[in-house]
Amino acid sequence: MANSQAMCTSFKGEILSGIHAFGTTVIRAGTGADTLKAALYLASGSQGAGTTAYAATNEVSGTNYVAGGITVTNATAPTTGGTTGYWTPSASFTWTNVTLATAFDAVLVYNSTQSNKAISVHTFGSQTITAGTFTLTMPTNDSTNALIRIA
Amino acid sequence: MIVTTTKGEMDDSLLEKREGVVDNDNENTNWIEYWLDGELVHRSAHVRMKKPIVSISEVGGFNG
Repeated sequence: MANSQAMCTSFKGEILSGIHAFGTTVIRAGTGADTLKAALYLASGSQGAGTTAYAATNEVSGTNYVAGGITVTNATAPTTGGTTGYWTPSASFTWTNVTLATAFDAVLVYNSTQSNKAISVHTFGSQTITAGTFTLTMPTNDSTNALIRIA
Repeated sequence: MIVTTTKGEMDDSLLEKREGVVDNDNENTNWIEYWLDGELVHRSAHVRMKKPIVSISEVGGFNG
C-alpha cells in the first residue's frame, strides 16, 4: 500500500450536501436539504455555464406555466460510488396541461432556498407543447448516469 | 381515450394522431400530437435525459 494523491471521494459527495465551506458561507436555517426548483427556457435564450441565478428573462410562458418553474423532488441524498459523487432528482419534472407555444430547449435547476442560485442547465431537442404535458425523466441515479456528478 | 385539447376534452377517435421519437446521445424523446381538421389541438412530449452534467475534479501537486 502506498500513499496516492487524490481528491477524496467522500469530499465529492459532501460538496453536494454543503458540508464544506472553503469561503464565506451562509447561515443555514437548519440541517435539511435546500428547496430546488426547475424552470424551462426558450431556445432563443442563453442559459449555460455562465448562469449564476434564476431569472425570468427568456423563461417560457404560457397557459398553466408558473414563472419560476416547479419544485424538484429531492428524496434521495447525494452519495458516492467508485470515486464519483453524484445526485439525481428523485422524480421526473412534469408540467401538466400547459401550452408553451414558443420553442424551448433547456431546463435550469436552481436553489430556491439560497437566493435562487443556479446549479445546472440541461438541454434537449427544441419542443413546444399544446394543451399537453411536458415531462423530463431523470437518468438512473448511479455513478455513471446520475444527473449531476463530480468525478 | 379522452384527450385534453385546445377545444376542451375530446375523444381521440375524432382526432388525427401523430407520433414521433428522437433518440440520440443526449436524449430519448417521444412526442404525440392530435390534429383536428388540420389544426394542432394537443401536443405532449416526454424527454428522457441521457447526458449527465459531469464536473471533473483535480488536485494540484507541489512539484510544479
